[in-house]
Amino acid sequence: MIEVKDLHKSFEDAHILKGISTSFEKGQTNLIIGQSGSGKTVFLKCLLGLFEYEEGSISYEGRNFSKLSRNEKTELRSEMGMVFQGSALFDSMTIAENVMFPLRMFTKQSMSEMEDRVNIVLKRVNLDNAHKKMPSEASGGMQKRVAIARAIVNRPKFLFCDEPNSGLDPKTAIVIDNLIQEITEEFDITTVINTHDMNSVMEIGKKIVFLKDGLLEWEGSNKTIFKTENEAVTNFVYSSELFRKVRRMYLEEDAQ
Amino acid sequence: MTYLHNIGTYFIMIKDIFRRPTKWSVMKPLILKDIDDLIIGSLGIVAFISFFVGGVVAIQTSLNMTSPIMPKYLVGFATRQSIILEFAPTFISIIMAGKVGSFITSSIGTMRVTEQIDALEVMGINAINYLVFPKFIALTLYPFVISIAMFLGILGGLMACVYGGYGTMEDYLEGVQLDFIPFHFIYAFIKTFVFAFLLATIPSYYGYFMKGGALEVGKASTTSFVWTSVLVIIVNFLLTSLLLG
Ligand SMILES: Nc1ncnc2c1ncn2[C@@H]1O[C@H](COP(=O)(O)OP(=O)(O)O)[C@@H](O)[C@H]1O
Ligand SMILES: [Mg+2]
Repeated sequence: MIEVKDLHKSFEDAHILKGISTSFEKGQTNLIIGQSGSGKTVFLKCLLGLFEYEEGSISYEGRNFSKLSRNEKTELRSEMGMVFQGSALFDSMTIAENVMFPLRMFTKQSMSEMEDRVNIVLKRVNLDNAHKKMPSEASGGMQKRVAIARAIVNRPKFLFCDEPNSGLDPKTAIVIDNLIQEITEEFDITTVINTHDMNSVMEIGKKIVFLKDGLLEWEGSNKTIFKTENEAVTNFVYSSELFRKVRRMYLEEDAQ
Repeated sequence: MTYLHNIGTYFIMIKDIFRRPTKWSVMKPLILKDIDDLIIGSLGIVAFISFFVGGVVAIQTSLNMTSPIMPKYLVGFATRQSIILEFAPTFISIIMAGKVGSFITSSIGTMRVTEQIDALEVMGINAINYLVFPKFIALTLYPFVISIAMFLGILGGLMACVYGGYGTMEDYLEGVQLDFIPFHFIYAFIKTFVFAFLLATIPSYYGYFMKGGALEVGKASTTSFVWTSVLVIIVNFLLTSLLLG
């Protein structure tokens, strides 16, 4: 569980996050949605401790990041996994070495222990025989799986994903979404996902936070998002005819 | 104002190179890789350029010595002096600013724009130490490269002199050994060490702090080359006036 209170973040003169308060539950996929430039990535990087913020607090199962000692911060970092928008695999390392990297940094395991763990995790993301490939030789969908494997290899309590299915074809995108959801439930992780993909919103939006111009405009779930009257949300989510149809059908079903 | 800010950021980066070191088991292969990329990978071009420029210096010197009262050994002497004092340390460093410098800037810059640096930081790694320290260590071997440049430059001069019919081997070698001042060597290697430091840190700075996408990586490499060369020239001037002036 992550609790965010009144979070403010600026770059030089640009005020990007203007006081966000919300919470993300354990064992479920929490989504942050909003238009490009609404501050989703900045928010996620604050949650990750990559950005310092001027005001507010973030607490991770009761621990407030900014109040921790250096060792406690390292400890908390080792409990976090991140899937970056472009996968951010280290391109000088093979796929297996990429996945092993957090173990080499955070643990004192022997080589064979680490190799076993890498094999288990790569199998979990359905990548069985790509160990020796370089990231540049892998497809976008494969790179995403590797990024997920690297993020979960050290058994994180917190998983962050920045637009995990951007740049993927719709089918692969759904596979990746489902994989993240399964892993979240299986290992009881607090997962926070940035997305502007409406499929993800409908499929895995157990909790949805809608950001607009650096403010939390609306929050709910994939159940309540159909019923909301909030104009900013409906304009954004139901911007295509397809999703307006889906919404009408859902509401009709609901009324019966 | 922005200049002052950049200089400040540069010095903070220098400090961060040595803070919170990365685990040795992770660092060691990085150092070996950078020695391979930066030092071993540069030997070919450095050898090629040194040998032929040495030859040209010898030919030019002998062509300009038209007066018969000038001793023949002067060709070897002048070639040695110009190669040890300036050509090998300074000229080769400018070449390296292009080769090694743009390699460093573009590889670190690419890691920045593809969020690989963020990925390092998420894992609690001091990314500046992780990225720049191995390059710094690799470039402590730079004097080795410059020694090779000196040797091959003088050898190139000898070859050009003898096979081009500009003088005898005995005259040339006499000149090479004439009036040898050990401090000139020390001066040349002090310069080399300082240039090695500039070559490791300035291109890293431009890669690490870049913003934008692939296009900006290219621009950053160019800017990095320009500033590394300019600083090599300025530092060369300062050190020369300080040590020899
Ligand atoms: N490192 C940074 N420095 C300055 N401005 C930034 C930085 N990162 C993001 N921004 C700005 O913050 C705003 C929100 O960006 P971002 O969080 O990336 O949006 P998105 O919702 O598309 O992920 C943008 O206007 C962007 O220009
Ligand atoms: Mg974003």
